Amino acid sequence: MATVIIPTPLRKFTNNTARLQVNTGTIHSTVQELTQNFPDLKKHLLDEGGNIRSYVNIFIGNDDIRDLQREKTPVKEDAVISIVPAIAGGTPDPIPGSASTPLFTKEELARYNRHIIIPGFGMAAQQKLKTAKVLVIGSGGLGSPVLLYLAAAGIGTIGIVDFDVVDDSNLQRQVLFGVNEIGKPKVEAARRRLEALNPYIRLNIYNTHLNAQNALDILKDYDVIADGTDNFPTRYLVNDASVLLGKPNVYASIFQFEGQVSVFNYRNAQGQLGPNYRDLYPAPPPPGLVPSCAEGGVLGVLPGIIGSLQALEVIKVITGIGETLSGRFYIFDALNFESRTFTIRPREDNPINGKTPTITALIDYEQFCGMRAVEEAPLKEVTAKELYDWQVRGEKFQLIDVREPHEFDIVNIGGELIPLGAVADNSDRIARDKTVVVHCKVGGRSAKAIRELQEKYGFTNLYNLKGGILAYIDEVQPELTKY
Amino acid sequence: MIIIEPRVKQLLIDDALNTFPDECCGFLFGREESDGTRVVIDILVVDNSKQGDKTRRFEISPIDYMTAEQHALDHEWNLLGIYHSHPKHPAIPSEHDRVAAQPYFSYVILSVLDSQTIHFRSWLLNEEQQFEEEKITDYQFT
Repeated sequence: MATVIIPTPLRKFTNNTARLQVNTGTIHSTVQELTQNFPDLKKHLLDEGGNIRSYVNIFIGNDDIRDLQREKTPVKEDAVISIVPAIAGGTPDPIPGSASTPLFTKEELARYNRHIIIPGFGMAAQQKLKTAKVLVIGSGGLGSPVLLYLAAAGIGTIGIVDFDVVDDSNLQRQVLFGVNEIGKPKVEAARRRLEALNPYIRLNIYNTHLNAQNALDILKDYDVIADGTDNFPTRYLVNDASVLLGKPNVYASIFQFEGQVSVFNYRNAQGQLGPNYRDLYPAPPPPGLVPSCAEGGVLGVLPGIIGSLQALEVIKVITGIGETLSGRFYIFDALNFESRTFTIRPREDNPINGKTPTITALIDYEQFCGMRAVEEAPLKEVTAKELYDWQVRGEKFQLIDVREPHEFDIVNIGGELIPLGAVADNSDRIARDKTVVVHCKVGGRSAKAIRELQEKYGFTNLYNLKGGILAYIDEVQPELTKY
Repeated sequence: MIIIEPRVKQLLIDDALNTFPDECCGFLFGREESDGTRVVIDILVVDNSKQGDKTRRFEISPIDYMTAEQHALDHEWNLLGIYHSHPKHPAIPSEHDRVAAQPYFSYVILSVLDSQTIHFRSWLLNEEQQFEEEKITDYQFT
């Protein structure tokens, strides 16, 4: 007789017997005898074709039968036969294409479960989110939903650029902030809110104006840029820096009741590079034509909608799922509930990456957008404090308010209301024989009105109220209503 | 439920750290109570015999396996299972672990993030050849 040593895992099929006596013969006859006496062993030892399974090793003494005569190996008197399961394993294979597989803790796996179980998204996409670095420029109306959703989704590294502090008038749409943060830097308030939402991500904050000097340095460490800025100089700056660095730029903007979304400078899986902002608008509109949200207003829920779409496109760019908005320009009209998607294409005359680029480095974007026109003479200005002194001293001057009537109804400081669009037609109401102070909300529209009056009608006695009515309220009459 | 004594736990941690960034592996010995509770009394550290990348794979040679079975018989212990480490990965069985897994054995996996962050989890195959987690309890003197 010979002895077969049954491995522990299979003993439940041999009545918990570790050593079985078998007849001499060959390995083949031994296995036959075992599986006849203990039928449950069969599926563990033999495959469907009746051959010994690849992960089952059979040894005689210390020799593998694969090194002897395999199943024909003789089994002699007193031989000791061992059935040895192959013991092996390892960590999961890395996802193809990713440099290293990020590690998820048990807590993260639970947190991202609803992503991971989506067919076509799964662990692979979640790991891409974790390795991704996204820079969000502007943490205001658009930045709020973008940051909240990207942080919640588990983007591994998020950078936030904003120079501003939280103002009460922000809270109508900037859902990242609360009343306790008023007066604090937006990036710091944002970091606290996002850390409380998702402790498994890294946040880098830049409490600074993005400009031509620092943009490349800040953008270079990120994979995807999300532009949620509210002005043309920064928009062109972000576009040009993204193109120069070869990074996709997920763009969104909002105004009053309309929102726009697109994905710029995105290289698809076939290696084709999509258009950028300068393919859509090679040059900015004249200054003042398109007012900012501060001057033109915005419905608070609109950045929530458009920013969420922007976050969606960031996630698609990172994970590669679905079709991004690259090469398409999406417009949402909230008033009529209509949306349109235009096709946009790279232009040969694109000044930054067309056939003959004229822009090879970042430029002065304030000047480019006409915000600091060098040839224009500076306007005469009066500060809120000086204006108040004139009022106290009883000096003779005329105060013109070029805001809209509904703004005037909210708050006014006793000026004559002539809205910007009506200034030229009402030039005869403006005095020429004494000082005239023109104001609007923050100083942009009043400057435009003064230039128009100077150029068309030759006025020389016009002063712009620096910082507009908001500065006056801050410095002189804080009890008035700010908006 | 599987009870791992603090002394045994330290042996496992020592092996995982000594072997890091490679995967460590070895055997768990002990007894099985009448209610199915397993008590790990000792371990046997063996070499990771995988040819190639040992940071992502482990393999135990058949000779070491036979030694472990003999070791159990000699001490009148049960060979309760296998332990191995997942360097920089969670203590969740991979598909590689599942395919090669044996019935009955407890598969204790140590996730080693760094020298301070080591997590233990234990897994058992069910009838459908899928892993189910087996609760690990620290040894308590009562």
